[in-house]
Amino acid sequence: MELNINNKTYSVDVEPTASLLTALRDYLDLTGAKYGCGEGACGACTVLVDGQPTRSCITPLSSLMHKRITTIEGLAPEGNLHPVQQAFIDHDAFQCAYCAPGMVMAAAALLERHPDPTEEQIRSYMNGNICRCGTYPRIVRAIRSIKTT
Amino acid sequence: MRTREEPIAAEQYELHGPSLHRFAINRRQFFRYLGGGIAITFVAGHAWSEDGAEVASANDNSIHAWIHVGENNKVTVYTGKVEVGQNIRTSLAQIVAEELTVPFDAIEMVMGDTALTPYDRGTYGSLSIPRMGPQLRKAAASARELLRKMAAKKLEVDVSRLKVEGGRIRDTKGKTSLSFSDIAKGEKLIQPIDESAPVTPPDQWKICGTSVPKANAVSFVTGTHRYVSDMKLPNMMYGKVLRPPSYGAKLKGVDLSRARTVPDVVAVHDGDFVAVCGPNPIAAERALTLVQAEWEEKPQPSRAVIFDYLVRSAKAPRGGDGGGDMTAGLARATVKTDKTFHVDYIAHAPLEPRAALAQWEGDKVTVWTGTQRPFGVQEEVSDAFRIPKENVRVIMPDTGSGYGGKHTGDAALEAARLAREARRPVKVVWTREEEFTWAYFRPAGVITVKAGADASGKLTAWEFHNYNSGGSAIETQYDVEKKRIQFHPVDSPLRQGSYRGLAGTANIFARESAMDDLASDLGMDPLEFRLKNLSNERLRNVLNACADAYGWSKRGKAKGQGHGIGCGIEKGGYVATFAEVFVNPDDGKVTVKRAVTAFECGAIINPVHLENQILGCVVQGLGGALFEWIDFKDGRILNPMFSRYRVPRFTDMPQLDVVMVDRKDLPSAGAGEAPIYAIAPAIRNAIADAGGERLYTLPLLGRA
Repeated sequence: MELNINNKTYSVDVEPTASLLTALRDYLDLTGAKYGCGEGACGACTVLVDGQPTRSCITPLSSLMHKRITTIEGLAPEGNLHPVQQAFIDHDAFQCAYCAPGMVMAAAALLERHPDPTEEQIRSYMNGNICRCGTYPRIVRAIRSIKTT
Repeated sequence: MRTREEPIAAEQYELHGPSLHRFAINRRQFFRYLGGGIAITFVAGHAWSEDGAEVASANDNSIHAWIHVGENNKVTVYTGKVEVGQNIRTSLAQIVAEELTVPFDAIEMVMGDTALTPYDRGTYGSLSIPRMGPQLRKAAASARELLRKMAAKKLEVDVSRLKVEGGRIRDTKGKTSLSFSDIAKGEKLIQPIDESAPVTPPDQWKICGTSVPKANAVSFVTGTHRYVSDMKLPNMMYGKVLRPPSYGAKLKGVDLSRARTVPDVVAVHDGDFVAVCGPNPIAAERALTLVQAEWEEKPQPSRAVIFDYLVRSAKAPRGGDGGGDMTAGLARATVKTDKTFHVDYIAHAPLEPRAALAQWEGDKVTVWTGTQRPFGVQEEVSDAFRIPKENVRVIMPDTGSGYGGKHTGDAALEAARLAREARRPVKVVWTREEEFTWAYFRPAGVITVKAGADASGKLTAWEFHNYNSGGSAIETQYDVEKKRIQFHPVDSPLRQGSYRGLAGTANIFARESAMDDLASDLGMDPLEFRLKNLSNERLRNVLNACADAYGWSKRGKAKGQGHGIGCGIEKGGYVATFAEVFVNPDDGKVTVKRAVTAFECGAIINPVHLENQILGCVVQGLGGALFEWIDFKDGRILNPMFSRYRVPRFTDMPQLDVVMVDRKDLPSAGAGEAPIYAIAPAIRNAIADAGGERLYTLPLLGRA
């Protein structure tokens, strides 16, 4: 089937019941989205579907016809960093960083909705994303530092 | 891919590898690999030939690190340590950059590759900074001094005129200056550490002591860093392993014929090991469901009886009686405590599960895997396949965390076995359920504490027994004459192993809880009670620093408000956490409002990364304190998923503050473990202070 990922059309030969995460990682070699739980409970696999943060590990391909998928690879134009990515670097908002792509995607979606989120909004919106290294306070700080216009 | 002819001898420096001739460095090959330049090795107890250029004799495990200064001004550091999020890649590079006076970016770290880096036991025990740090610092200082001497020869001036700065050697009385590469060009020199080479004192550090950002940070936020689970090789297959239905189950029979009907699937049955691999993960999963296996299950103790089981099954205790007659000590006590603590099994749950990718070429195998012990995995693979260790190369790319939970090579063995059968590269990535079930746990434990204090607040007796958790941090930091402290080992029914801070998470919880009960029964301030029994100056400083930052002396006393303290010493780290909770008087619901943690580990190498380690420990410790526990019945794990095993999330965060005590006068210690210790007892003691229950279990709140 055909998928629109990062403004490109990809054709993938896999059954429509397969998860978006499998298609991305194992068929298209877009490995920025990570496997963490397979049940939509950790957020490591977060991508944007029509701008909405989505758990790709529990999203079947059949639900993605004519949808716009954005992965961490396509969040910013090649060679550039999204403000969230820059803020994560500036604030060292990761340790092992396995959660970082999912965190960045969720935070980018949050800022689309709330350009200047309160700490409470950040915590509540990001609560589905686990950082097992416990970098939460620094992640909140990184997101709060972003000045969107 | 490395072939037999390629040189770096480091792969042969395993702990047990015996012969000296295997150790001998072939300089010609070494520099063919690295390019020309100079190399400094750290050799423990080294013995070098007269010209210092060639190894004469040394123990096989004596080389710990290499630094190579190349003809292109490139500095490459080789160490067997690995990066799992603790940012040791960054800290060690800072140390080398400091001594060589080069920018941080000039350093390339080659880590955790058994073919390229010297033998290393593993990245655990908070040892990288206190052990590897000074070795690399000395090696880098030796390189710097060697370059200076070589420059003096080249310029025909006295060495004292030459100053090393900014990665160049400058003649202070002339105008000449040489880059490192000017000097290294055409050289092929291997030198041992120069013990006389001066290292930069902490008060003159320019790169150490600063918050250099995480090495390769961009690759992580853009998703381009390849963790093992992201890796792909041409023709690679995806492996799945058949797991037993329960702990201890024995395979009675297996039929792979249906699994083999899935196109292009390869199936293996070897002893108790049954696995399949396919050209894509979907084919592999389908084939796995078609494996027909018969198991014989064995009775296993369940969670409901585990604490009785641990005490009943204990073997002979370790640790003497400490010279203490408890009866006399307790007789002098004004207040006494006699309590039993229960601590559950918990899981590391690293966000990246175990993963490995294996590729055979003839009788040699290369395995990429996320492990804290690449050389240990090399041995495991070598043993499992009965091939020489030099035929096994283990490479560890920076990995999605470990917390002490990735010491074994399970996935590596599985991938290698499948790859051997398939004659193609095979990747095995564990599912979350596999990781929760078949990895290993922090041990469950039972701890009994019998102790007393006199009316003045001095401890009079301390008897402490730990069943199964382990002996880490079991010794009390408090001064007490009469004491008996013992660890009682048990064969755990669940697979267990190291965990961040080891048994300290259990032992310090019990000790600090018992201390608080005594203080409370004496009507004494818990900080005062601790200080009265504590002569260790470093911990006293940390406690006082934490009390100041917390505002202990002016803490509030509103209804439901409680304040608690925990502290401990281990692995060169000194930690205190003060916590504030609110216990709702109506329903008893506990909310952790804030926690302040003070930590001291000598001279700080990287403040931001240290703060990350401290916060990370506190957050992970919060999970173990409040709600993490493994439930199991009849050999089955009942909550092997994040929807049923609760880990700390954003909304669980209290206000967390960190005080870092920088002791430039003391050697740097590790920081990945000790800061986890004090949060659990601090919360427990705060709950009691708020008028809640005195709790004797971990987790405090979340278990049945």
